[in-house]
Amino acid sequence: MKSLAELKAIRDKMQSAVNVRDGEENKIRVVIGMATCGIAAGARPVLAAFTEEVAKRNLSNVAVTQTGCIGLCQYEPIVEVYTPDGEKTTYIKMTADKVARVVTDHLVNGNVVSEYTIGNIGK
Amino acid sequence: MYRSHVLVCGGTGCTSSGSQQIAQALEEEIAKQGLAEEVKVIKTGCFGLCALGPIMIVYPEGCFYSMVKLQDVPEIVSEHLLKGRIVKRLLYSETVEEDNIKSLNETDFYKKQHRVALRNCGVINPENIDEYIGYDGYAALGKVLTEMKPEEVIQTILDSGLRGRGGAGFPTGLKWKFAAGNQADQKYVCCNADEGDPGAFMDRSILEGDPHVVLEAMAIAGYAIGASQGYIYIRAEYPIAVQRLQIAIKQAREYGLLGKNIFNSGFDFDIDLRLGAGAFVCGEETALMTSIEGHRGEPRPRPPFPAVKGLFQKPTILNNVETYANVPRIILNGVDWFRQMGTEKSKGTKVFALGGKIHNTGLVEVPMGTTLREIVEEIGGGIPNGKKFKAAQTGGPSGGCIPASLIDTEIDYDNLIAIGSMMGSGGLIVMDEDTCMVDIAKFFLEFTVDESCGKCTPCRVGTKRMYEMLDKISKGQATMEDLDKLEQLCYFIKENSLCGLGQTAPNPVLSTLRYFRHEYEAHIVDKVCPAGVCKGLVTYNIDPDKCKGCTLCARACPAGAISGTVKNPHTIDKNKCVKCGACMEKCRFNAIYKK
Repeated sequence: MKSLAELKAIRDKMQSAVNVRDGEENKIRVVIGMATCGIAAGARPVLAAFTEEVAKRNLSNVAVTQTGCIGLCQYEPIVEVYTPDGEKTTYIKMTADKVARVVTDHLVNGNVVSEYTIGNIGK
Repeated sequence: MYRSHVLVCGGTGCTSSGSQQIAQALEEEIAKQGLAEEVKVIKTGCFGLCALGPIMIVYPEGCFYSMVKLQDVPEIVSEHLLKGRIVKRLLYSETVEEDNIKSLNETDFYKKQHRVALRNCGVINPENIDEYIGYDGYAALGKVLTEMKPEEVIQTILDSGLRGRGGAGFPTGLKWKFAAGNQADQKYVCCNADEGDPGAFMDRSILEGDPHVVLEAMAIAGYAIGASQGYIYIRAEYPIAVQRLQIAIKQAREYGLLGKNIFNSGFDFDIDLRLGAGAFVCGEETALMTSIEGHRGEPRPRPPFPAVKGLFQKPTILNNVETYANVPRIILNGVDWFRQMGTEKSKGTKVFALGGKIHNTGLVEVPMGTTLREIVEEIGGGIPNGKKFKAAQTGGPSGGCIPASLIDTEIDYDNLIAIGSMMGSGGLIVMDEDTCMVDIAKFFLEFTVDESCGKCTPCRVGTKRMYEMLDKISKGQATMEDLDKLEQLCYFIKENSLCGLGQTAPNPVLSTLRYFRHEYEAHIVDKVCPAGVCKGLVTYNIDPDKCKGCTLCARACPAGAISGTVKNPHTIDKNKCVKCGACMEKCRFNAIYKK
């Protein structure tokens, strides 16, 4: 190790990797429905896409986690985003392709992607 | 990129309850269920709650599973890791509230703790240097080597008020300053990892859970005093800690964090391990250094102090593992941050190994000045089976007891000395009303008799004589004159022994005499052991009114001392009875009692 910059490069790389272990409460939580219905509808690639996208952008204030069935099986894969102010947004029929936009628009810039949300049904 | 991390405790406590097999089974099951790309299993150091092992934490949820069995593994993987449904029955019960799962930090055990020395234990993988760096590891060394002069480093440690965590509480910065002030062609930095107090295991846990913190701090100390070589003296009985240290040293060398010209600053530093063969006296600094030199581990008189003539006759500093674990944080977070924790003369935190008659056996780290009551009743969860707190022993065989009347004492170095005990390395053994204080003093004396190196007479002969007197007392054969002699001998040994071992050996006797003299007198004058422990003074009896004549006790007795016929009250032949208590354990009617 010859310079502080080298040390910092390793630190930054590792911080995004160990971020998942940070018990910090003031985070945006992205919760993916991973019950049988969710998995059958394709929740796994969605979960993987979120994990990758969040790591790629080094979003240390985002926790990606999973949950069971919330009862709206026909709309799976369902992803719920909880922000620290207590707001909840429910995205339905998610695909891996839609993930990048949710991450940039919603998680980074704070703009809900309303066309993917449950409120958009039937519109 | 892993979406979930499963942290399995790999400390000695959980390893002995099978955590390695569980970690392996987890990895196999995760692979079988096709999650190997998504979920990572990490073996960490000790979480502190050893009584509940094997322990694991699943992130990002932060679920704390305790007492996990091998057969629970498939369920954890298929329910939690695959489907995201937490396995509630395995959660640590303290974290479960009605329909709600509390964060671990809100439980009684962790709420009052403040983890500085233990901060990475149970958080990082100790066998991966990158994870340590990810938690700001080696940043303090980088800062010291690129921005600070050696004098500034020493001043920082002095100003922080950090005192030695190995027992005596000598100011760490002062030690460094003395060593820095002595000119020599070679100086040494040593780490005392020869943790020998019965019941203390914080140093082991730090080395197992966060070995790099010790390496980093030793390099900082080397820079401060002008040393290029460090030695860690560690007991061979700590195989996991030794192995992790070896891995850590290898990784640090590969990264150039140990070796030549670290951070291009021109500073060279390397560390080697020396294994101790388990002699208690080798925890004493001069004996430790003699042992590193390859001689028989015996102490020598001071002065000269190690800072003047230490290892190989060169200026040397020797600090304890836990002391080192505080150093990098002080450099990074600053003196003020450290000083805001603790009491006026004792700054920072202290790790205690809780043991004995207490619910939450394990490791706790609290700010100095926390009361014994908070540690025992709140963090420790109180005493099992509804028994009453009688006393706590701090400092192991060198320390003394704190009686129930002083349970609100704020624990720091000076308060403990004032009440006749000492901080020691931080073993905290809790005793309930079933403990006999004479027996406890005898237990510790037996240990020092065994461990006395034999070099000086007061310790070699004196401790043996003390043990014999205590043995006489516990058998009811002593007189009040013996008690006076015992006390006199204590002071004699304290003042005349060569090293800390002998000088502190009488402490358990003196402190029990100070607070529990009436128990000694009961043994001597009334010939009874109030707690019913000392075999020579206890008789087992059967209450004929309660005995149903079930014959269970007669069958359990190894000495054939119990006689009687079916459905008629039995009796114990006192001459044959060996006082093992087997009958009492078997009796279902509480008919057997001790007198």
